[in-house]
Amino acid sequence: MKPETVLEVKDLKTWFFTRRGTVKAVNGVDFVLRKGECLCLVGESGCGKTVTALSILRLFDNPPGRIVGGQVMYKGADLTTCPMPYLREVRGGDIAMVFQNAQSSLNPVFTIGDQIAEQVMVHERISRAKALDRARTLMEEMNIPQPVRALKMYPHQMSGGMKQRAMIAMSLSCSPEILIADEPTTSVDVTIRAQIIHILRELKIRRQMSIIFITHDLSLVKEIGDRAAVVYGGRVVEVAAVENILKSPAHPYTVGLIDCLPDVSSQAKRLPSIPGNTPNPLEMPPGCPFHPRCSRVMDICRLTMPASVKITDVHKVSCHLFGDKNGGIAR
Amino acid sequence: MTGRAMLEVNNLKKYYRVTSGLISRSIGEIRAVDGVSLTVNKSEVLGLVGESGCGKSTLGKTILRLEEPTSGEIKFNGIDVVSLDRRSLRELRGKMQIVFQDPDSSLDPRMTIGGTIAEAFTVHGISDPVEMEDRIARLLEKVGLEADFGERYPHEFSGGQKQRIGIARALAMDPQLIIADEPVSALDVSVQAQILNLMMDIRDRDGLAYIFVSHDLSVVRYLSDRVAVMYLGKIVETADKTEFFRNPLHPYTEALLSAIASLRPEGGERILLTGDVPSPLDPPSGCRFHTRCRRVMPVCSQIDPELNQIAPGHLVSCHLYA
Repeated sequence: MKPETVLEVKDLKTWFFTRRGTVKAVNGVDFVLRKGECLCLVGESGCGKTVTALSILRLFDNPPGRIVGGQVMYKGADLTTCPMPYLREVRGGDIAMVFQNAQSSLNPVFTIGDQIAEQVMVHERISRAKALDRARTLMEEMNIPQPVRALKMYPHQMSGGMKQRAMIAMSLSCSPEILIADEPTTSVDVTIRAQIIHILRELKIRRQMSIIFITHDLSLVKEIGDRAAVVYGGRVVEVAAVENILKSPAHPYTVGLIDCLPDVSSQAKRLPSIPGNTPNPLEMPPGCPFHPRCSRVMDICRLTMPASVKITDVHKVSCHLFGDKNGGIAR
Repeated sequence: MTGRAMLEVNNLKKYYRVTSGLISRSIGEIRAVDGVSLTVNKSEVLGLVGESGCGKSTLGKTILRLEEPTSGEIKFNGIDVVSLDRRSLRELRGKMQIVFQDPDSSLDPRMTIGGTIAEAFTVHGISDPVEMEDRIARLLEKVGLEADFGERYPHEFSGGQKQRIGIARALAMDPQLIIADEPVSALDVSVQAQILNLMMDIRDRDGLAYIFVSHDLSVVRYLSDRVAVMYLGKIVETADKTEFFRNPLHPYTEALLSAIASLRPEGGERILLTGDVPSPLDPPSGCRFHTRCRRVMPVCSQIDPELNQIAPGHLVSCHLYA
């Protein structure tokens, strides 16, 4: 019944050791990714969603960053400790990543075709001509008009939407099993965003690809996600199927995030908002990181970090409101 | 819509010459704003929507004459803004203000918040230090900050607080109109709601009017009274908010609305536009949207449609409704 798990992140901790102190950007993230599903990591800036994604492929700067705990299990290997040559094969080959800013991820002095072909040739021993041919097919799949011409273009000759699609084409060039997309639509327009979302949905269905989609935008989660994990203060505070998250959110932070979307309560005079700001990562509050902004804060929240509790088979939340009555820890 | 409009813009145009080479040979012009007419009434919020490059920010700046218009008419309370000399323009700018998207780059990092706001007073001839300090404190309280924050520097504040400061500065001379250019798009969702609420409170209390420039239709829906959609320098549709979201007519508006799940009409299909926004350097002939329109007709590539009134207050520029 349950589809197979392709990636499992267990209690992952990525800390950055800076001169001003330790930033616990990712501080105990747990989730699983199943075959053919799109898992959305949702959260505001600084919550640790991007560092989580980078940690999966160890792409963050080390130093100052270091994985201080946890595992990323992929095909029986732990990507946090595996040898570099193996990781290099996984990067781009099995797990590919699309970044937010296509402009800075593309090399301005090479044509798009060269850049895609390069990646194919690194991972597979095929000729340049064949690699370019693959690139053309991919560009077609991305609905890029006149793909042959587009391959000969330099990044500055393309529009933002085209660059982002070229990036997706590049990431798909070695048929990865998992695609990590980090805010791929934040810097493009609404109509282009709709095109990119459409492409990703098609990929999921046609290629049975698993997607980790990182976003701050809950309305996008509704468009593309199967399951969503809400990230706050470097931890997953709630994870469930998208309709559960949107219709019956449990964590006060998730509730707040959904309420403050203008479109849901369009007739209301005032928007509900979450007071305060996202916490300073250098001074994380003790206990539950959300407690200073939480409307339902209790004494225990200031002291201990809540454990993840199952409220239904497919819905987990880390909040003392849902804890075991005896304060016990259920997992 | 009662009485005379506070702001009337008629056939406003802003072209930029594009040059190339050593002798700056002109190779064409970008028609960033190409014949826009609009009105804003007292304490009305006009949402101005469009994709990047459609000219919405240029329009906002041109109305304030931060950019000199190429041609057209701007009337603010009956005063012809285009022909004002520098001194009268400065006086008028106290009544028409702008809030920018990026609060970081619109505050001077080496000046205290109080100093930044005080500049507005100095420019407008208030120099008594006691009065100035008092007014700064009141402004900061008005935007939900503490009165003594005036001593601090921009880097001590979060993004949301900086945007509040930007708003406080715009409010310094009790303006009647604020042009808000994407004021919340750089902010986190939870903070975005705080700023939107603040803007609406200020409007309710002081009877301000806003031109709210945004690419985000759900935000526009929340706070606008009227909505105007721009595409490549022209307004393609404008209507009262309720009418606009219930009965969008222009195929471009339809596509914009359908791109957002929660705004899609019940059971409505998702409309995917093909291609990108064409370059404003070389806009398509006829209706500028015809290259991406799913209901394109032969006439569309030849004749540029007029902005016609379809229902009271609902104007559309499309051959389907001619």
